[in-house]
Amino acid sequence: MLDRTAHEALVAAVGPENVISDPVQLRSYECDGLTGFRQVPSLVVLPHTTEDVAQAVRACHRHGVPFVARGAGTGLSGGAMPVADGVVISLQRMREIVDIDPVDRRAVLQPGVTNLDITKAAAAHGLYYAPDPSSQQVCTIGGNVAENSGGAHCLKYGFTTNHVLSMTVVLPDGEIVTLGGDTGEQLGPDLRGVVIGSEGTLGIACDITVRLLRTPETVRTLLADFPSVTAAGDVVSDLIAAGIVPAAVEMMDNLAIQAAEKAVGAGYTLTTPAALVVELDGPESECETQFDEVRAICDRHGCTRLHIAETAAERARIWKGRKAAFAAVGRISPDYIVQDGVVPRTQLAEVLSRIEGMGRNAGLRVANVFHAGDGNLHPLVLFDEDAGELERAEELSTDIAELCVELGGSLSGEHGIGTDKACSMPRMFGEADLSTMDRVRAAFDPRHLCNPGKLLPTPRLCGEQPGRYRPHPLEEAGVIERL
Amino acid sequence: MTDSSFDATNPPSRELLNDCVHCGFCLPTCPTYQLWGEEMDSPRGRIYLMDLAERGEIELEGAFTEHIDACLGCMACVTSCPSGVQYDRLLEATRPQVERNVPRARSDRWFRSGIFALFPYRRRLRAAAVGGALYQKLRLPALAARILPPRLRAAQALMPQVRLRSAFASLPRRVRPAGAPRKRVALLSGCVQDVFFHEVNTATQRVLAAEGCEVLTPRAQGCCGALGLHAGRETHARERAKQTIATFEKLPVDNIVVNVAGCGSSLKEYGHLLADDPQWSERATAFSAKVRDVTELLAELEPQAERHRIDAKVAYHDACHLGHAQGIREQPRSVLRTIPGVDLVDLPDAELCCGSAGIYNMVNPEPAAELGERKARNVRAVAPELLVTANPGCLLQLRRFLDDVPMLHPVQLLDASIQGRRPTEAPMAE
Repeated sequence: MLDRTAHEALVAAVGPENVISDPVQLRSYECDGLTGFRQVPSLVVLPHTTEDVAQAVRACHRHGVPFVARGAGTGLSGGAMPVADGVVISLQRMREIVDIDPVDRRAVLQPGVTNLDITKAAAAHGLYYAPDPSSQQVCTIGGNVAENSGGAHCLKYGFTTNHVLSMTVVLPDGEIVTLGGDTGEQLGPDLRGVVIGSEGTLGIACDITVRLLRTPETVRTLLADFPSVTAAGDVVSDLIAAGIVPAAVEMMDNLAIQAAEKAVGAGYTLTTPAALVVELDGPESECETQFDEVRAICDRHGCTRLHIAETAAERARIWKGRKAAFAAVGRISPDYIVQDGVVPRTQLAEVLSRIEGMGRNAGLRVANVFHAGDGNLHPLVLFDEDAGELERAEELSTDIAELCVELGGSLSGEHGIGTDKACSMPRMFGEADLSTMDRVRAAFDPRHLCNPGKLLPTPRLCGEQPGRYRPHPLEEAGVIERL
Repeated sequence: MTDSSFDATNPPSRELLNDCVHCGFCLPTCPTYQLWGEEMDSPRGRIYLMDLAERGEIELEGAFTEHIDACLGCMACVTSCPSGVQYDRLLEATRPQVERNVPRARSDRWFRSGIFALFPYRRRLRAAAVGGALYQKLRLPALAARILPPRLRAAQALMPQVRLRSAFASLPRRVRPAGAPRKRVALLSGCVQDVFFHEVNTATQRVLAAEGCEVLTPRAQGCCGALGLHAGRETHARERAKQTIATFEKLPVDNIVVNVAGCGSSLKEYGHLLADDPQWSERATAFSAKVRDVTELLAELEPQAERHRIDAKVAYHDACHLGHAQGIREQPRSVLRTIPGVDLVDLPDAELCCGSAGIYNMVNPEPAAELGERKARNVRAVAPELLVTANPGCLLQLRRFLDDVPMLHPVQLLDASIQGRRPTEAPMAE
């Protein structure tokens, strides 16, 4: 529970109409997109302006109350899970597109603006915002900054950090600073870059200025089926080796195809073991030439069906299927865990066959959807909680992430470490790395109030294995209740 | 394990609740989430609360009821959900639980009872229309706007310009098709529709006849129960459903045609609504299978009546109970495109509800008004000469916020084209 003075200070900071304190209402904030980790916050505040955010953070700082910023709550690593006795600062009432500057190709956004709305607003000027996480219709730019989000097209265009020019950040003590500037190249250490991808541990990004790109003259999308995931993986390697930089190369295996097709009816082949979505964009002549090369490479690896999207609507459908794939897996399995890891592209075939073996040993199915172009895997571990498969599934999922590290890759490509993988960090980083990261964090947040317990392992967090919420026996007996 | 907070009569099922994976794809299309940005007023949040109530962790009274009441039931979330969550079924199971188990404040109870004592009854609506016409003649609305409490003020502001002649007119029981009969159909004439939008019904009869349908319109039909079904008044809805089935199943028709989105969606639900009633379940399923929205039926028929040019920029507004609840989006558009000269445009944020939502704009006037204004802004943004939508609720709501754009039901526009007159002119020969 928050003490009374802290509570009053927060109410004063944002106004009573922007505070949620009803115990039932607070329950709806207990988890983000990763529902296995839950913690009911003491209070939720919904500021309207950067100044409101700063006031709320100052109140937290003054009273030693931990706080967690939350966008749309779609994160898949528990990064926006509340902290015990802490406050959630929801940015969902800061959804204004402050400015679109078509001449200098920039947009200024409040943190609650959704990724897709940036592109919708820029489209009238022939511009768009390039990073496109699969949840782009709902995830917010503030969350994208926190997670340094990527998406299907980051192979060619880079991640969020390559597109954010500057931002106003409320630091953990409530000070408002501007990091970055109007030009890409800034003098001195790149603090903007330090904050982007820090998963909400170094402050709260408020007014965010992003770069807009010109909508490509031509976009070509093809859908190619292959007799095996290995064949599809080889195509990806050959494409890159040929010097082609596609806008996106996405791979789906059979289970993922079945799920996505069920959800969207995108025209995928239900029986194919693997499929690639390859997209090229740019000037028409360049697209044409490269497109022929892509086709030839696909044919060389035994492509069984090659379909080219004829219309914009068809292209949109192909992408909709791919982007809905995670949630669509809910249609073929009662429960599932979305994993996120990276391997060097050359290890794609190896990692896939090892995952298959591990799944077989665990007696669980694993569907694979991934950004093949940059080796970013999203294995989906399917299980049935009612059949008691949860523990096995969590174990398998963690093993897969750690396998990625073993093969020379990374624990996370874009979903972040959050609560979920903090304890796996020592697999990837040594003592010295971790303590350096901790010192950077302490420089911003010496009191550990800003999204504590996320990203970096702590003894309290990792001493006992974190798991799904299980009611305490006293809770089950109705003696105590969780508020 | 604690017991569920729901009673044992059709609570939201564990299986349906488990379908939600908490991805949040529904948030941007939810009208209340767009207004307030609060998790518990999003579909994901409401399902989360239903889940907690089903586990007995929270009570129905209080915040739970508040957020279930705040839902418009527009079903935009069903459209946007990649996991196939059946929020429509969940809400339909939850609302009767609230109605049965949560005592409402006296004024709220009276207001709701008042609505259900008036709207489903054509005769009472006509009586109200007389009062309304008088009320408008005496210029009382201006006075009312100053002195009435918000809910009553909203209800009176929705009252259309009453034309007594059409409010009391009755529809011909049988209309013969032009040329060789292609289909025989029965028309649901509705309650609000028949009293306040009688001309939509006559246009529907004319268009269907021109397209070769024999149209039967039984006089004895009552309310179909849609308003009650969507508000959680299950007993009312079931009784009305049975009456409607009994009236229509006797008729030797291929289809039952509806020109009200909300009614159409509830008629198609009868099979589900009466599934546990052995006497009615089969009859209800057979009935539901025959139901077609008028645009759905027209899109199936190859056009035969000659269309005259109407040169106009026409905006089409998807009624939630047509688009989201019945998945009918393409058919009305393709029907409208058969009219030469019509330049059909879509609205920005088309998936967002206009705030009408059955009785919602009467019981929750403030959010309904915000949504109405928002929709009006989106309509103005495309600067149409006409706005077309297939639901009287939307028409009543939008007229309040948009008095500068003429509005019609799609069949009225088609009727004008077939008759070769300007769409805003009165139809020829009733």
